[in-house]
Parts: sequence; C-alpha cells; structure tokens
Amino acid sequence: MIGAAALALVVAIVLMLVRALSGPTLYDRVLAVNSIGTKIVLLLGVLGFLMDRPDFLDISLLYALINFVATVAVLKFFRYRSFQVPLRRRTGGRR
Amino acid sequence: MLNFFGLIVVLSGLWLGLSGHYQPLIMWLGGLSVLLSAFLAVRLETLDRESAPFFGLPGILTYWVWLMIEIVKANWIVIKACLRAELDINPALVKVKTSCESDLARTTFANSITLTPGTVSVTLEGDKILVHALYEEEAQPEVFAEMDRRSKRAVDSRVTA
Amino acid sequence: MSATVSFLLDIKPVLGAFLCLAGAILAVVGTVGVLRFPDFYTRLHAASVTDTSALTLAILGMALMSPSWLVVFKLAAIWAFFFLTGPTSSHAVANAAHTAGLQPLIGAQARSGRGGRDHDGE
Repeated sequence: MIGAAALALVVAIVLMLVRALSGPTLYDRVLAVNSIGTKIVLLLGVLGFLMDRPDFLDISLLYALINFVATVAVLKFFRYRSFQVPLRRRTGGRR
Repeated sequence: MLNFFGLIVVLSGLWLGLSGHYQPLIMWLGGLSVLLSAFLAVRLETLDRESAPFFGLPGILTYWVWLMIEIVKANWIVIKACLRAELDINPALVKVKTSCESDLARTTFANSITLTPGTVSVTLEGDKILVHALYEEEAQPEVFAEMDRRSKRAVDSRVTA
Repeated sequence: MSATVSFLLDIKPVLGAFLCLAGAILAVVGTVGVLRFPDFYTRLHAASVTDTSALTLAILGMALMSPSWLVVFKLAAIWAFFFLTGPTSSHAVANAAHTAGLQPLIGAQARSGRGGRDHDGE
C-alpha cells in the first residue's frame, strides 16, 4: 500500500510537470514548481518508509527549507530583476 | 532577554529532537551551533516580542486547533470543485477589513485566510486585505469576522500587553 | 484489555499506510484541479489542497508507521514548517502576480473556459 502511495505521488508530480511546462504565465510555473517541491518532500518520506530507512526524513526536511527559499528568491528576482534589494516594506508601518 | 533565552530553549529542543546522537562531542558541537544561531538572530535584530512569540502559547495552540477544523471543512469544498465534471466555480475578489493591531496578528489572520483552501489573500495594505475566493458565496465578510476575532484574541492581546 | 492493545498495535501500520495512500490520492486530486482550473488565481486554490490536507494525511500516516519517537519529531517538524511557510509562499506568488497586473477571471467568466488574460510582465 505504501508503494501505491509512492506511485500516486509520482503520478501527481508528472501531472504537475505538465502545468509547469505549459503554464501560460510565469506565476503558473512558479506555483507548479512549488507544489512539486511539496510532493517531493512527501515522496522522500514515503520512499524512506518503503525502504525501511526513515533517515530519509532529514533530506526531506532540508528539501522543504530549500523549496521555500527558492520560491521566494525566484519571485523576488522576477519582480526586481536583482537579488540586491532589501525586502523591507517601504510604506506605512512602524519600522 | 526573555526572548533570547526562549530562543535558546527552542533551538536546543529542536537540535535534540532532530539529531538522535547524544555522545559528548556531538552535544558540544550542537550547543555551539545553538549559540551561533542565537547570536546571528541578535545581530540581525529580528528578536523582538513579535518574532519570538513565546508568550501565550496556549492561546495560539487553541487557535491552531480551531483553524485545523476550518481547513478540513474548506478542503472538502475545494476537493469537490476539483472533481466535479462541470466547472461550477464562481471566483471573486473580496475586500476584508481586519481589526487586528499588531503585525503578527495581521500576519496570522492573512496566513489563516491563505491556509484555508478556497481563499487566498492577495494584498495586505494597512488593515485591508484583498482576498481572492473560489466561490463568492463562501467569502462573505461575516465568514471572516470570526477568524478575525479569534486571531485577534489569540495574538493581539499578548503582543500589545 | 491486552487483546485490544495488541489489536491496535497490529492495525497501526496498516492504518498508517492507508492514510499515506489517502494523502497521495488527495495530491493527485489537487493536481487535477491545477490542470483543470481556468486561470492562475483559481489554480492557487487547487494547489493549496495539496499543501494542507494531503500533507497532513500523509504525515499522519508516516507517524503511525514510524519506529521511534525521533522520527515522529522530525515529521512534526516538517508539518509545522509547511504550515508556517506554505501560506507565505502562496501569498508571495499571488501578490507578485497581482503586482505584475495579472487580472483574475471573475464569476461566470471563469466557467466559460477562456484562459487567463496574458500580461506583459514576462
């Protein structure tokens, strides 16, 4: 049954890859890649249990961290065309 | 100062939970890495009352439990929308006003909106949040009023106190 | 009493595997939604099904199968991390699209099957 779960996750990733390749806008692609990252984290965990090596969870934890940073970095780059912009809010607020 | 020690306690707990090796040398290295992380947090000046919310953890946890129930309900609606043969979605942009005062409470509210499937917060300006909803009838202002009230009670009273 | 406990211990891995499978199927459902929905903002809603319920179910299932508490802690860490950052990245994508001028389809427009309007940001 765990094998079936892994297989279903692979199917979901392949389907999401279709959206990542065909997405009409940049944001569809970013969304698809982010979602593929979530599924890969799950797939890594499930594979770890499938092979009786739950140490895979360390890798999936790391993948989750990198996935988030990568999404924000890609969005920031396509908004400002540079990584050298402080992300601090400019208008209003108390800072 | 309390936040600093709270951060050290949380980081140490995280390290102990993730490591699983408890030899003396490894423990020393772990302690060093915890101190280094805490020092970097202080240097980045990210350690204030809002970024280290160790106060009132029970309130945040009860809010979390309530939010989980809401997420399950909203999930069911979106799953049905995904699987229905005929698309019957009715997307809309809705403006929601929040009564939360602090940045942390507003972030909690906006993130809760995003976390429940079917609604996504698009922009956040001052106390107005622009929400995109999958079904217009699921995103009336009174739906968000309770979430707003609860996140205000869970976070706001503790931050400003 | 002990028979009940041993029955629960027997059924725990099976239940865990079943929950994993349910989570994976929900991931497929969310992906189908992402492929079917007409414009970017509605796809975002379908993707958030994967981010919340599929993740929660799969991680609950893995926690039921796990051999030690250390593994449960790691799973809890992954879950908490996703619930803190998932909405943040969703909001980041939505906000970036809105700032770039991507207009959402509203109401019956979305059902007529026309694709989202292109924008000049790319």
